[in-house]
Amino acid sequence: MATETTTRAKLRWGLLDAVVVVFALIPVLWIASLSFKTPATLTDGRFIPREWTLDNYRTIFDTDQFVRALVNSIGIALIATAVAVVLGAMAAYAIARLDFPGKRLLVGVSLLIAMFPQVSLVSPLFEIERQLHLFDTWPGLILPYITFALPLAIYTLSAFFKQIPWDLEKAAKMDGATQGQAFRRVIAPLAAPGLFTTAILVFIFCWNDFLFAITLTSTERARTVPVALSFFTGESQFEDPTGAICAAAVVITIPIILFVLFFQRRIVSGLTSGAVKG
Amino acid sequence: MADIVLDKVSKRFPDGTVAVRDVDLEIADGEFVILVGPSGCGKSTTLNMIAGLEDISSGELRIGGERVNDKAPRDRDIAMVFQSYALYPNMSVRENMAFPLKLQKLDRETINQKVEEAAKVLELTPLLDRKPANLSGGQRQRVAMGRAIVRQPKAFLMDEPLSNLDAKLRVQMRTVVSRLQKQLGTTTVYVTHDQTEAMTLGDRVVIMRGGEVQQVGPPQELYDHPRNLFVAGFIGSPSMNFLHAAVQDGTLRTALGDVPVGDRIRRELESADAPRELILGIRPEHFEDAELVDEETRRRGMEFEAPVEIVESMGSDKYVYFTVEGERASAAELEELAADAGADFTGGGANLVTRLSAESPVTEGGTRRVWFNLEKIHLFDPTNGRNLTLHEGRAAGALAD
Repeated sequence: MATETTTRAKLRWGLLDAVVVVFALIPVLWIASLSFKTPATLTDGRFIPREWTLDNYRTIFDTDQFVRALVNSIGIALIATAVAVVLGAMAAYAIARLDFPGKRLLVGVSLLIAMFPQVSLVSPLFEIERQLHLFDTWPGLILPYITFALPLAIYTLSAFFKQIPWDLEKAAKMDGATQGQAFRRVIAPLAAPGLFTTAILVFIFCWNDFLFAITLTSTERARTVPVALSFFTGESQFEDPTGAICAAAVVITIPIILFVLFFQRRIVSGLTSGAVKG
Repeated sequence: MADIVLDKVSKRFPDGTVAVRDVDLEIADGEFVILVGPSGCGKSTTLNMIAGLEDISSGELRIGGERVNDKAPRDRDIAMVFQSYALYPNMSVRENMAFPLKLQKLDRETINQKVEEAAKVLELTPLLDRKPANLSGGQRQRVAMGRAIVRQPKAFLMDEPLSNLDAKLRVQMRTVVSRLQKQLGTTTVYVTHDQTEAMTLGDRVVIMRGGEVQQVGPPQELYDHPRNLFVAGFIGSPSMNFLHAAVQDGTLRTALGDVPVGDRIRRELESADAPRELILGIRPEHFEDAELVDEETRRRGMEFEAPVEIVESMGSDKYVYFTVEGERASAAELEELAADAGADFTGGGANLVTRLSAESPVTEGGTRRVWFNLEKIHLFDPTNGRNLTLHEGRAAGALAD
């Protein structure tokens, strides 16, 4: 009786999961399918292309525009992620470990930044960056990305740091480590899953951003892929770039998938087990 | 190897609470000293100050003759074993033990040799490549000790290292710790809340209460000659019996009958500010079944009769619980001890725990005539807890002249 219920429950859950996955994946697969179609069959409404072609991919990599944007995207997102995670780790460590005046205020302010509607900041940022000659440069995008990624990083990381037993740091100090060594050799390796999780979240945030990228860039110097996609046009105004756009969309999804897959292996739960007797 | 000297060491927290007050303590080179007391008595704070994990608010701490107040833990060259073991979970047993040596920048060969040596002493050799997560509690505890002994520090600090082990393992590890300390001859400060550990392990025991040292001495001395009510109640298991005693016409009226007092005590009680009420303390083993006492011994004590409540036969002897009439002894110290033992339920009335010979034919439900030794009685002033029977550091019983 009991096993029967569990099998039925398993079935029900499996079905529900499948529905959710299919719902989420169909648009992605559709895009992928479109990217392999020839212009003639683009609108035939078939899910599986009748004629497979790689022309669309060739097109986008032929244009300097897309490759340039891809380089911008990767560079900007990686730098912003690195800086945000390092700064966030330091801030989160302080929040988790120390009692300093203004701690609650700091946490509150960072939450405020995270909640601030980005749209309302676009025009002032545009003006400021033009004055500072940051407009249409890498730093011009990296800086706002860091600003908005930091609260996210601080929040996720301080939760992770709070889980690490403080005795470990004391033990490291007794064993002869400096504060820095204790952090690098004992605390940081244990916080690694948190660091990677945060890195993934921040990277996706930077990679996907459209709003800042379209307002704060004007040329290929700093234009990122999501924006470059919207500037895609055919050779002539009558040519339909749908296939190329789809191919580009598939291409820019790949780094994120790789990024997540690569770091997912490091996100091992239970890394701290055995440190202290609970 | 070094001696550790605490000179009027105090700890005041920013919010004004004083965790440790003017602790004076000289720990000789190679000595095994136990800091013991109920939770919140400041023993762990004291240890952390020696370690350098807590700042010293005032006073001076010297290790090996050198003032170390402002030195970082790593410059004090002392090792610590934590209650939680605090093993690095991302490192194997070998790496855990090698960690302090790596930080000293020793070459790999020396490190390996030292780790192997320490592992051999603690029988950890087959476990060297395991991760802490795959070890039992006792094994983890040994790794924590291994990490401490591996670099031959000036002193060991141990913060309740055995309290996470189950009872049987704890007894076993107690002897391991004891043997290890004798073998290495390293100065050791050991914190515990368990009076049995304190009695069995240390060369000297420091009893603390509310941030202040109550008494320092070898375990037997604390047991036989407690300076005050708190020490008397804390040391010993089952603990000392405390009875209310009213001073009247040169004798003490207690639930066990009128107890005569010697000249010295009488003189003290006759002074104007002497307390009118006392607390009489007597340990369970100073009772005996009246039937089994010979004539000569009988003269050194007195007898009473009381209903037997419970008999616990331990084989070697019997713990017999009596209910006695009369007022219960009350003092701040006793309440604190009861709270620490988790005994907020006393069942009303005064209870007496006695340890009688196994030959005693005592049975539950009846009444029994019991003798007790007047020479072993302690009298305490309930207002300040002072032991009145203590003369020049020795307890001499109620009859002493």
